[in-house]
Amino acid sequence: MAEFRLPKNSRISKGRHFPAPEGAKNVKTFRIYRWEPDSGENPRIDSFDIDLDDCGPMVLDAVIKIKNEVDPTLTFRRSCREGICGSCAFNIDGTNTLACTKGIDEISGDVRIYPLPHMPVVKDLVPDLTHFYAQYASIRPWLRTQSPAPPDKERLQSPEDRKHIDGLYECILCACCSTACPSYWWSGERYLGPAILLQAYRWLVDSRDEATGERLDDLEDPFRLYRCHTIMNCTKTCPKGLNPAKAIAEIKKMMLARRGL
Amino acid sequence: MVTDNRPLSPHLQVYRPQLTSTMSIAHRLTGVLISLGMVVIIAWVVALAAGPEAYATVTAWLGTPVGLIALFLWTAALLYHLLNGIRHLLWDAGWLLELKGAYASGWTVLVLTVVLTVIVWGGLL
Repeated sequence: MAEFRLPKNSRISKGRHFPAPEGAKNVKTFRIYRWEPDSGENPRIDSFDIDLDDCGPMVLDAVIKIKNEVDPTLTFRRSCREGICGSCAFNIDGTNTLACTKGIDEISGDVRIYPLPHMPVVKDLVPDLTHFYAQYASIRPWLRTQSPAPPDKERLQSPEDRKHIDGLYECILCACCSTACPSYWWSGERYLGPAILLQAYRWLVDSRDEATGERLDDLEDPFRLYRCHTIMNCTKTCPKGLNPAKAIAEIKKMMLARRGL
Repeated sequence: MVTDNRPLSPHLQVYRPQLTSTMSIAHRLTGVLISLGMVVIIAWVVALAAGPEAYATVTAWLGTPVGLIALFLWTAALLYHLLNGIRHLLWDAGWLLELKGAYASGWTVLVLTVVLTVIVWGGLL
Protein backbone atom coordinates (compact mmCIF):
# COMPACT_ATOMS: atom_id res chain seq x y z
CA MET A 1 0.00 0.00 0.00
CA ALA A 2 1.33 3.40 -0.90
CA GLU A 3 2.62 5.38 2.05
CA PHE A 4 2.99 8.98 0.94
CA ARG A 5 4.51 10.43 4.12
CA LEU A 6 8.03 9.72 5.24
CA PRO A 7 8.33 7.48 8.32
CA LYS A 8 9.09 9.29 11.60
CA ASN A 9 12.81 8.45 11.57
CA SER A 10 13.14 9.78 8.00
CA ARG A 11 11.75 13.28 8.34
CA ILE A 12 14.30 15.93 7.59
CA SER A 13 15.53 18.54 10.04
CA LYS A 14 17.59 21.68 9.51
CA GLY A 15 21.32 21.14 9.33
CA ARG A 16 24.52 23.13 9.47
CA HIS A 17 25.65 25.95 7.22
CA PHE A 18 29.16 26.29 5.81
CA PRO A 19 29.82 29.79 4.42
CA ALA A 20 32.03 30.44 1.40
CA PRO A 21 35.65 31.52 1.95
CA GLU A 22 36.35 35.26 2.27
CA GLY A 23 36.46 37.11 -1.02
CA ALA A 24 34.47 34.53 -3.02
CA LYS A 25 32.55 36.34 -5.75
CA ASN A 26 30.72 33.59 -7.65
CA VAL A 27 28.95 31.71 -4.86
CA LYS A 28 26.37 28.97 -5.24
CA THR A 29 24.71 27.13 -2.38
CA PHE A 30 24.61 23.33 -2.34
CA ARG A 31 21.95 21.89 -0.05
CA ILE A 32 22.82 18.29 0.64
CA TYR A 33 20.99 15.50 2.47
CA ARG A 34 22.95 14.12 5.40
CA TRP A 35 22.36 11.16 7.67
CA GLU A 36 24.77 9.53 10.07
CA PRO A 37 23.86 5.99 11.11
CA ASP A 38 25.56 6.27 14.50
CA SER A 39 24.10 9.62 15.56
CA GLY A 40 20.61 8.42 16.42
CA GLU A 41 19.34 11.64 14.85
CA ASN A 42 17.03 12.22 11.91
CA PRO A 43 18.39 13.17 8.48
CA ARG A 44 19.22 16.85 7.96
CA ILE A 45 20.04 19.23 5.11
CA ASP A 46 23.46 20.87 5.31
CA SER A 47 24.13 23.87 3.10
CA PHE A 48 27.54 24.60 1.63
CA ASP A 49 28.36 27.91 -0.08
CA ILE A 50 30.84 27.11 -2.84
CA ASP A 51 32.97 29.49 -4.86
CA LEU A 52 32.29 28.41 -8.45
CA ASP A 53 35.38 30.29 -9.69
CA ASP A 54 37.40 27.70 -7.78
CA CYS A 55 35.43 24.59 -8.72
CA GLY A 56 34.99 22.25 -11.68
CA PRO A 57 31.91 22.53 -13.90
CA MET A 58 29.94 19.44 -12.86
CA VAL A 59 27.86 18.80 -9.76
CA LEU A 60 30.20 15.95 -8.87
CA ASP A 61 33.15 18.37 -8.93
CA ALA A 62 31.42 20.46 -6.28
CA VAL A 63 30.51 17.43 -4.16
CA ILE A 64 34.11 16.17 -4.28
CA LYS A 65 35.36 19.69 -3.46
CA ILE A 66 33.11 19.76 -0.40
CA LYS A 67 34.45 16.40 0.76
CA ASN A 68 38.07 17.44 0.15
CA GLU A 69 37.97 20.96 1.53
CA VAL A 70 34.92 21.51 3.74
CA ASP A 71 33.54 18.37 5.34
CA PRO A 72 35.42 15.09 4.87
CA THR A 73 32.57 13.13 6.47
CA LEU A 74 30.30 13.75 3.46
CA THR A 75 29.68 10.26 2.04
CA PHE A 76 28.76 9.36 -1.53
CA ARG A 77 29.62 6.88 -4.28
CA ARG A 78 31.61 7.95 -7.32
CA SER A 79 34.11 6.40 -9.63
CA CYS A 80 34.54 7.12 -13.33
CA ARG A 81 33.37 10.78 -13.42
CA GLU A 82 32.33 10.35 -17.07
CA GLY A 83 28.85 8.80 -17.00
CA ILE A 84 29.78 5.18 -17.52
CA CYS A 85 29.96 3.59 -14.05
CA GLY A 86 26.61 4.77 -12.69
CA SER A 87 27.89 5.29 -9.15
CA CYS A 88 27.14 8.98 -8.57
CA ALA A 89 23.39 8.78 -9.25
CA PHE A 90 21.58 11.24 -6.96
CA ASN A 91 18.37 13.19 -6.96
CA ILE A 92 19.69 16.56 -8.16
CA ASP A 93 17.45 19.61 -8.54
CA GLY A 94 14.35 17.43 -8.31
CA THR A 95 15.17 14.70 -10.82
CA ASN A 96 17.48 11.71 -10.78
CA THR A 97 20.70 11.92 -12.75
CA LEU A 98 24.45 11.37 -12.60
CA ALA A 99 26.31 14.10 -10.73
CA CYS A 100 29.27 13.70 -13.07
CA THR A 101 27.36 14.57 -16.24
CA LYS A 102 25.09 17.25 -14.74
CA GLY A 103 26.51 20.73 -15.21
CA ILE A 104 26.20 23.13 -12.27
CA ASP A 105 25.18 25.84 -14.74
CA GLU A 106 22.12 23.77 -15.74
CA ILE A 107 20.61 24.49 -12.32
CA SER A 108 19.07 27.81 -11.37
CA GLY A 109 19.10 28.73 -7.68
CA ASP A 110 20.41 26.45 -4.96
CA VAL A 111 21.56 22.96 -5.91
CA ARG A 112 19.56 20.43 -3.91
CA ILE A 113 21.05 16.97 -3.69
CA TYR A 114 19.29 13.96 -2.15
CA PRO A 115 19.95 10.24 -2.32
CA LEU A 116 17.97 8.30 -4.95
CA PRO A 117 14.31 8.53 -3.84
CA HIS A 118 12.40 6.02 -1.72
CA MET A 119 15.40 3.88 -0.82
CA PRO A 120 16.86 2.88 2.55
CA VAL A 121 19.79 5.20 3.27
CA VAL A 122 23.11 3.70 4.37
CA LYS A 123 24.74 7.10 4.98
CA ASP A 124 24.31 10.57 3.45
CA LEU A 125 23.92 10.11 -0.33
CA VAL A 126 24.47 6.35 -0.32
CA PRO A 127 21.30 4.28 -0.78
CA ASP A 128 21.10 0.55 -0.10
CA LEU A 129 20.80 -1.08 -3.54
CA THR A 130 20.77 -4.69 -2.29
CA HIS A 131 17.15 -5.30 -3.29
CA PHE A 132 17.70 -3.63 -6.68
CA TYR A 133 20.65 -5.91 -7.44
CA ALA A 134 18.74 -8.98 -6.18
CA GLN A 135 15.96 -8.10 -8.62
CA TYR A 136 18.55 -7.83 -11.37
CA ALA A 137 19.90 -11.29 -10.49
CA SER A 138 16.33 -12.65 -10.52
CA ILE A 139 15.96 -12.11 -14.28
CA ARG A 140 19.12 -14.18 -14.84
CA PRO A 141 20.88 -11.55 -16.96
CA TRP A 142 23.08 -13.78 -19.08
CA LEU A 143 22.84 -15.74 -22.32
CA ARG A 144 20.74 -18.85 -21.67
CA THR A 145 20.93 -21.57 -24.28
CA GLN A 146 19.92 -25.19 -24.87
CA SER A 147 21.81 -25.83 -28.09
CA PRO A 148 25.45 -26.84 -27.76
CA ALA A 149 27.95 -24.03 -28.30
CA PRO A 150 29.78 -24.08 -31.63
CA PRO A 151 33.10 -25.85 -30.99
CA ASP A 152 35.33 -23.43 -32.90
CA LYS A 153 33.73 -19.99 -32.53
CA GLU A 154 31.42 -17.77 -30.52
CA ARG A 155 27.66 -17.77 -30.97
CA LEU A 156 27.38 -15.33 -33.85
CA GLN A 157 24.76 -12.72 -34.57
CA SER A 158 23.96 -10.85 -37.78
CA PRO A 159 24.39 -7.07 -37.76
CA GLU A 160 20.58 -6.78 -38.10
CA ASP A 161 20.00 -8.94 -35.03
CA ARG A 162 22.69 -7.07 -33.17
CA LYS A 163 20.81 -3.81 -33.82
CA HIS A 164 17.91 -5.02 -31.63
CA ILE A 165 19.94 -4.52 -28.47
CA ASP A 166 20.97 -0.97 -29.35
CA GLY A 167 19.43 1.37 -26.79
CA LEU A 168 19.41 -1.49 -24.26
CA TYR A 169 22.99 -2.66 -23.81
CA GLU A 170 24.07 0.91 -22.93
CA CYS A 171 22.24 0.76 -19.57
CA ILE A 172 24.69 1.23 -16.70
CA LEU A 173 22.28 0.18 -13.92
CA CYS A 174 22.58 3.51 -12.10
CA ALA A 175 18.99 3.05 -10.80
CA CYS A 176 17.97 6.62 -11.71
CA CYS A 177 14.91 5.36 -13.61
CA SER A 178 13.67 2.81 -11.07
CA THR A 179 13.91 5.30 -8.21
CA ALA A 180 12.07 7.93 -10.31
CA CYS A 181 9.11 5.60 -10.81
CA PRO A 182 6.11 6.11 -8.48
CA SER A 183 5.05 2.52 -9.15
CA TYR A 184 8.46 1.35 -7.96
CA TRP A 185 8.14 3.60 -4.89
CA TRP A 186 4.83 2.04 -3.87
CA SER A 187 5.38 -1.55 -5.07
CA GLY A 188 9.15 -1.93 -5.34
CA GLU A 189 9.09 -5.03 -3.14
CA ARG A 190 7.50 -7.00 -5.96
CA TYR A 191 7.54 -4.77 -9.06
CA LEU A 192 10.85 -5.14 -10.90
CA GLY A 193 10.96 -1.50 -11.99
CA PRO A 194 12.12 0.09 -15.26
CA ALA A 195 15.87 -0.64 -15.05
CA ILE A 196 15.47 -4.37 -14.46
CA LEU A 197 12.68 -4.70 -17.02
CA LEU A 198 14.82 -2.94 -19.63
CA GLN A 199 17.51 -5.51 -18.86
CA ALA A 200 14.95 -8.31 -19.09
CA TYR A 201 13.97 -7.04 -22.54
CA ARG A 202 17.64 -6.82 -23.53
CA TRP A 203 17.84 -10.63 -23.15
CA LEU A 204 14.38 -11.26 -24.61
CA VAL A 205 15.36 -9.64 -27.93
CA ASP A 206 18.86 -11.10 -28.12
CA SER A 207 18.77 -13.47 -31.11
CA ARG A 208 21.29 -15.80 -29.43
CA ASP A 209 19.22 -16.33 -26.29
CA GLU A 210 17.12 -19.51 -26.25
CA ALA A 211 15.10 -18.98 -23.06
CA THR A 212 12.60 -16.42 -24.39
CA GLY A 213 9.53 -18.44 -23.37
CA GLU A 214 10.86 -19.13 -19.91
CA ARG A 215 11.83 -15.47 -19.45
CA LEU A 216 8.31 -14.36 -20.40
CA ASP A 217 6.83 -16.97 -18.03
CA ASP A 218 8.86 -15.45 -15.21
CA LEU A 219 7.53 -11.96 -15.98
CA GLU A 220 3.87 -13.01 -16.39
CA ASP A 221 2.86 -11.67 -13.02
CA PRO A 222 0.57 -8.84 -11.87
CA PHE A 223 3.44 -7.19 -10.02
CA ARG A 224 6.78 -8.01 -11.64
CA LEU A 225 5.82 -6.56 -15.04
CA TYR A 226 2.32 -5.16 -14.94
CA ARG A 227 2.81 -2.51 -12.23
CA CYS A 228 4.12 -0.35 -15.07
CA HIS A 229 1.38 2.19 -15.82
CA THR A 230 3.32 4.08 -18.51
CA ILE A 231 4.02 7.01 -16.19
CA MET A 232 7.30 7.54 -18.13
CA ASN A 233 9.28 9.26 -15.38
CA CYS A 234 11.90 6.58 -16.16
CA THR A 235 12.47 7.66 -19.75
CA LYS A 236 12.34 11.33 -18.80
CA THR A 237 15.09 10.98 -16.22
CA CYS A 238 17.48 8.42 -17.80
CA PRO A 239 20.93 10.09 -17.89
CA LYS A 240 21.92 7.85 -20.81
CA GLY A 241 18.89 8.82 -22.92
CA LEU A 242 17.51 5.27 -22.98
CA ASN A 243 13.82 4.37 -23.02
CA PRO A 244 12.79 1.85 -20.33
CA ALA A 245 9.08 2.69 -20.81
CA LYS A 246 9.29 1.56 -24.42
CA ALA A 247 11.18 -1.61 -23.50
CA ILE A 248 8.46 -2.50 -20.99
CA ALA A 249 5.74 -1.82 -23.58
CA GLU A 250 7.58 -4.16 -25.96
CA ILE A 251 7.58 -6.91 -23.30
CA LYS A 252 3.83 -6.44 -22.85
CA LYS A 253 3.43 -6.76 -26.62
CA MET A 254 5.49 -9.97 -26.62
CA MET A 255 3.16 -11.34 -23.94
CA LEU A 256 0.17 -10.71 -26.19
CA ALA A 257 1.92 -11.94 -29.32
CA ARG A 258 2.69 -15.35 -27.87
CA ARG A 259 -0.98 -15.76 -27.00
CA GLY A 260 -1.77 -15.07 -30.64
CA LEU A 261 -3.44 -11.75 -29.85
CA MET B 1 25.64 -4.09 11.54
CA VAL B 2 22.31 -2.53 12.53
CA THR B 3 20.33 -1.76 9.41
CA ASP B 4 16.72 -1.51 10.57
CA ASN B 5 16.99 2.15 11.65
CA ARG B 6 17.85 3.27 8.15
CA PRO B 7 15.72 6.22 7.04
CA LEU B 8 13.77 6.14 3.81
CA SER B 9 15.07 8.72 1.36
CA PRO B 10 12.53 11.43 0.42
CA HIS B 11 10.50 10.77 -2.73
CA LEU B 12 7.27 12.71 -3.42
CA GLN B 13 8.61 15.40 -1.10
CA VAL B 14 11.58 16.21 -3.36
CA TYR B 15 10.85 14.84 -6.84
CA ARG B 16 10.00 17.68 -9.20
CA PRO B 17 6.55 17.11 -10.74
CA GLN B 18 6.90 15.99 -14.35
CA LEU B 19 4.31 16.35 -17.11
CA THR B 20 4.48 12.55 -17.41
CA SER B 21 3.79 11.77 -13.75
CA THR B 22 1.32 14.63 -13.20
CA MET B 23 -0.85 13.51 -16.11
CA SER B 24 -0.68 9.94 -14.86
CA ILE B 25 -1.97 10.75 -11.38
CA ALA B 26 -4.52 13.13 -12.93
CA HIS B 27 -5.83 10.20 -14.96
CA ARG B 28 -6.53 8.32 -11.74
CA LEU B 29 -8.03 11.31 -9.95
CA THR B 30 -10.35 12.13 -12.85
CA GLY B 31 -11.36 8.45 -12.90
CA VAL B 32 -12.46 8.72 -9.27
CA LEU B 33 -14.11 12.09 -9.92
CA ILE B 34 -16.23 10.90 -12.85
CA SER B 35 -17.29 7.81 -10.88
CA LEU B 36 -18.55 10.06 -8.08
CA GLY B 37 -20.18 12.39 -10.61
CA MET B 38 -21.88 9.40 -12.17
CA VAL B 39 -23.86 8.98 -8.93
CA VAL B 40 -25.22 12.50 -9.39
CA ILE B 41 -26.08 11.87 -13.02
CA ILE B 42 -27.87 8.65 -12.04
CA ALA B 43 -29.81 10.57 -9.36
CA TRP B 44 -30.90 12.95 -12.10
CA VAL B 45 -32.08 10.07 -14.32
CA VAL B 46 -33.85 8.38 -11.37
CA ALA B 47 -35.57 11.70 -10.62
CA LEU B 48 -36.69 11.84 -14.24
CA ALA B 49 -38.39 8.46 -13.79
CA ALA B 50 -39.85 9.45 -10.42
CA GLY B 51 -41.94 12.25 -11.84
CA PRO B 52 -41.92 15.97 -12.65
CA GLU B 53 -41.61 17.19 -9.05
CA ALA B 54 -38.55 15.10 -8.20
CA TYR B 55 -36.99 16.04 -11.53
CA ALA B 56 -37.62 19.73 -10.90
CA THR B 57 -35.99 19.47 -7.45
CA VAL B 58 -32.81 17.81 -8.72
CA THR B 59 -32.60 20.09 -11.74
CA ALA B 60 -32.98 23.15 -9.49
CA TRP B 61 -30.19 21.87 -7.26
CA LEU B 62 -27.92 21.25 -10.27
CA GLY B 63 -28.73 24.78 -11.45
CA THR B 64 -27.26 26.39 -8.35
CA PRO B 65 -23.72 27.80 -8.65
CA VAL B 66 -22.34 24.85 -6.68
CA GLY B 67 -24.21 22.38 -8.90
CA LEU B 68 -23.03 24.10 -12.07
CA ILE B 69 -19.43 24.15 -10.92
CA ALA B 70 -19.64 20.45 -10.04
CA LEU B 71 -21.10 19.64 -13.45
CA PHE B 72 -18.44 21.75 -15.16
CA LEU B 73 -15.64 19.93 -13.34
CA TRP B 74 -17.29 16.61 -14.07
CA THR B 75 -17.37 17.41 -17.80
CA ALA B 76 -13.72 18.47 -17.80
CA ALA B 77 -12.73 15.34 -15.86
CA LEU B 78 -14.71 13.11 -18.22
CA LEU B 79 -13.11 14.65 -21.32
CA TYR B 80 -9.61 14.48 -19.85
CA HIS B 81 -10.08 10.85 -18.84
CA LEU B 82 -11.48 9.98 -22.25
CA LEU B 83 -8.69 11.70 -24.21
CA ASN B 84 -5.89 10.47 -21.95
CA GLY B 85 -7.46 7.00 -22.08
CA ILE B 86 -7.04 7.05 -25.85
CA ARG B 87 -3.42 8.10 -25.29
CA HIS B 88 -2.98 5.06 -23.07
CA LEU B 89 -4.49 2.79 -25.73
CA LEU B 90 -2.02 4.16 -28.29
CA TRP B 91 0.82 3.47 -25.85
CA ASP B 92 -0.42 -0.07 -25.35
CA ALA B 93 -0.29 -0.51 -29.12
CA GLY B 94 3.35 0.59 -28.99
CA TRP B 95 2.97 4.11 -30.34
CA LEU B 96 4.11 7.52 -28.97
CA LEU B 97 6.53 5.89 -26.54
CA GLU B 98 9.44 8.14 -27.41
CA LEU B 99 9.76 11.12 -25.07
CA LYS B 100 8.80 13.44 -27.90
CA GLY B 101 5.59 11.54 -28.62
CA ALA B 102 4.71 11.31 -24.95
CA TYR B 103 5.07 15.06 -24.51
CA ALA B 104 3.34 16.04 -27.75
CA SER B 105 0.39 13.74 -27.00
CA GLY B 106 0.32 14.96 -23.39
CA TRP B 107 0.01 18.61 -24.39
CA THR B 108 -2.53 17.66 -27.07
CA VAL B 109 -4.70 15.97 -24.45
CA LEU B 110 -4.51 19.01 -22.15
CA VAL B 111 -5.35 21.51 -24.89
CA LEU B 112 -8.17 19.37 -26.30
CA THR B 113 -9.63 18.92 -22.80
CA VAL B 114 -9.89 22.71 -22.41
CA VAL B 115 -11.20 23.25 -25.97
CA LEU B 116 -13.83 20.50 -25.79
CA THR B 117 -14.96 21.54 -22.31
CA VAL B 118 -15.44 25.09 -23.57
CA ILE B 119 -17.31 23.83 -26.63
CA VAL B 120 -19.62 21.65 -24.51
CA TRP B 121 -20.42 24.47 -22.09
CA GLY B 122 -20.58 27.09 -24.82
CA GLY B 123 -23.28 24.95 -26.40
CA LEU B 124 -25.14 24.59 -23.12
CA LEU B 125 -25.08 28.17 -21.89
